[in-house]
Amino acid sequence: MNTSVNPNSYRAGPDEEGRFGIFGGRFVAETLMPLILDLQDAWDHAKSDPTYKAELDGLNAHYTGRPSPLYFAERLTEELGGAKVYFKRDELNHTGSHKINNCLGQILLAKRMGKTRIIAETGAGQHGVAAATVAARFGLPCVVYMGATDVERQSPNVFRMKLLGAEVIPVSAGNGTLKDAMNEALRDWVTNVDNTYYLIGTAAGPHPYPEMVRDFQSVIGQETKEQMLAVEGRLPDLLVASVGGGSNAIGLFHPFLDDKDVRIVGVEAGGKGLDTKEHCASLTAGAPGVLHGNRTYLLQDGDGQIEEGHSISAGLDYPGIGPEHSWLNDSGRVEYVPILDHEALDAFQMLTRLEGIIPALEPSHALAEVIKRAPDMSRDDIIVMNLCGRGDKDVFTAAKHLGVELSS
Amino acid sequence: MTARMDECFSKLAEQNRPALVTYFMGGDPDYQSSLAIMKALPGAGADIIELGMPFSDPMADGPSIQAAGLRALKGGQTLAKTLQMAKDFRQTDTDTPIVMMGYYNPIYIYGVDRFLEDALASGVDGLIVVDLPPEMDDELCIPALDRGINFIRLATPTTDDKRLPTVLNNTSGFVYYVSMTGITGSALPDTDKVGAAVNRIKGHTKLPVCVGFGVKTSEHARAIGASADGVVVGTAIVNAVAGSLDDSGAATGQTVAGVTDLVQSLASGVRSARLAAAE
Repeated sequence: MNTSVNPNSYRAGPDEEGRFGIFGGRFVAETLMPLILDLQDAWDHAKSDPTYKAELDGLNAHYTGRPSPLYFAERLTEELGGAKVYFKRDELNHTGSHKINNCLGQILLAKRMGKTRIIAETGAGQHGVAAATVAARFGLPCVVYMGATDVERQSPNVFRMKLLGAEVIPVSAGNGTLKDAMNEALRDWVTNVDNTYYLIGTAAGPHPYPEMVRDFQSVIGQETKEQMLAVEGRLPDLLVASVGGGSNAIGLFHPFLDDKDVRIVGVEAGGKGLDTKEHCASLTAGAPGVLHGNRTYLLQDGDGQIEEGHSISAGLDYPGIGPEHSWLNDSGRVEYVPILDHEALDAFQMLTRLEGIIPALEPSHALAEVIKRAPDMSRDDIIVMNLCGRGDKDVFTAAKHLGVELSS
Repeated sequence: MTARMDECFSKLAEQNRPALVTYFMGGDPDYQSSLAIMKALPGAGADIIELGMPFSDPMADGPSIQAAGLRALKGGQTLAKTLQMAKDFRQTDTDTPIVMMGYYNPIYIYGVDRFLEDALASGVDGLIVVDLPPEMDDELCIPALDRGINFIRLATPTTDDKRLPTVLNNTSGFVYYVSMTGITGSALPDTDKVGAAVNRIKGHTKLPVCVGFGVKTSEHARAIGASADGVVVGTAIVNAVAGSLDDSGAATGQTVAGVTDLVQSLASGVRSARLAAAE
């Protein structure tokens, strides 16, 4: 089943069938299968094409502003009194999160494939904004599916997408969050197969998306490695990133997977607690199942019906996770832990006041884990956390939870 | 394979008419009403029954079937109960082929071996699992065929001649041609194109080809049935159920009657298809 994955490496997957161990695969309707195969073909050609790579590198440098800084958080480190804490500052990217890394890679692919219409799903709206941005940059119409609940709690991003010329379609099925938006985007794709490119925002979905999105996001980990070697002359002891679908995390983790001395922790949304139903901790509290084109850990009931997750952060509000994370979890290479809503909110405020950085609520989960771990580590130890998004979009949500009323 | 499916198609070939394949959602809006609908289908003219297995996230279905699935789940339907429904139906009908249709996750969670064993014991003749393309045949298709349960595959307008052999390999019972790209419940496609597509598929297989997606009326059924070996109707039936419910979403006296009226009318369309074509 797993023949082409080198057991001596954690970086060799997926195999030809798109599997990471038992996870991944291509669980899609037949209508989409030829499209998935075309995409795979295009991706296989593109990734070995120097022209494609040069174009992407150029956009990453001059449009996004890569490399993003690796920043030593001096005051936070002092406050925690343990390990040195560094942030990989992907929140400084154009559009305010790591999502642009993936969108640029995919829009170039869409152009190569001759597609003339872009669709995307979005949770927090960061991916929707990044997709709308690259669609504007390349002059393609863009439709973004967004859960109705998310449209409401992420109104600044909705407006941003509209300014960028995208059509935002609220999805009211289910709880109106990311899962439902993805269902609707898949329905659109099944209907508009001829001209449409589905720009998936996370390292999940049918093969080759998990691999492709990971490769686009791995620029985060590659830069981190180089920057860390330049500044500290060695690799970090601990990597921490938040995990919803898991694209920022896999981007940071993947280049380090075979560096055995680097411990790696992914942080899931624990919501209101794992003893409640209101969380999104697929790995900690879910079970393997099949949804949205891949086998992976899912929040589901005993009948295989998918449950709605909950998180204070719209970007983590997804009942599944990228298949490679499921495999890294089961193989024991990466440790996954939950962080509760209120812990993330505390971390959000702490960073704002200590470092003058307003983080998004998604990386605030990773930060809360850093805050727990750093004090127990040696002052010589080094932590790198992926600060994958900025918090401008979350000020309304944060205000609401902190009991402050803002007039909008 | 279970014999019922092949017997059904040879009987229809003798009568020179296409099959009427009727889809309904198991457990919509409640178990007993749904079972009553299932039991009434053959008498109203259905030749093959597709028994929908509700799923929370039906990615290839339009609003009608999504809503039907949610009604069924709300009514307490589970995969175990859908299997039970087939078994209950078999108490009074031993001839009509039953095809269970849905998505893979509930089956995966139930356990593939246990599911196939229980399906066979319930008198199920075939499976249509929307999110299991040929690339995933090891999951359920091969184990089902090994047990003698048909695995019916969907072919679509995107299934070109190069891909068709892959899709037809390991397909049994019949081929379900999805007459358009899109979700269930969309508009009826151009019937000439459908006819051409059916002939294209028949060039690759001896299996009967049934056509679905977009068939809502007796006229549609007649037009599609002129070229196809079977006409699949789903959304229209599910809509008939939805339209019969009271304000609280409960079944009424019209629930079974609404479905049988529709199926009788579709059946008359199917039965006159070849006559119309011969004119």
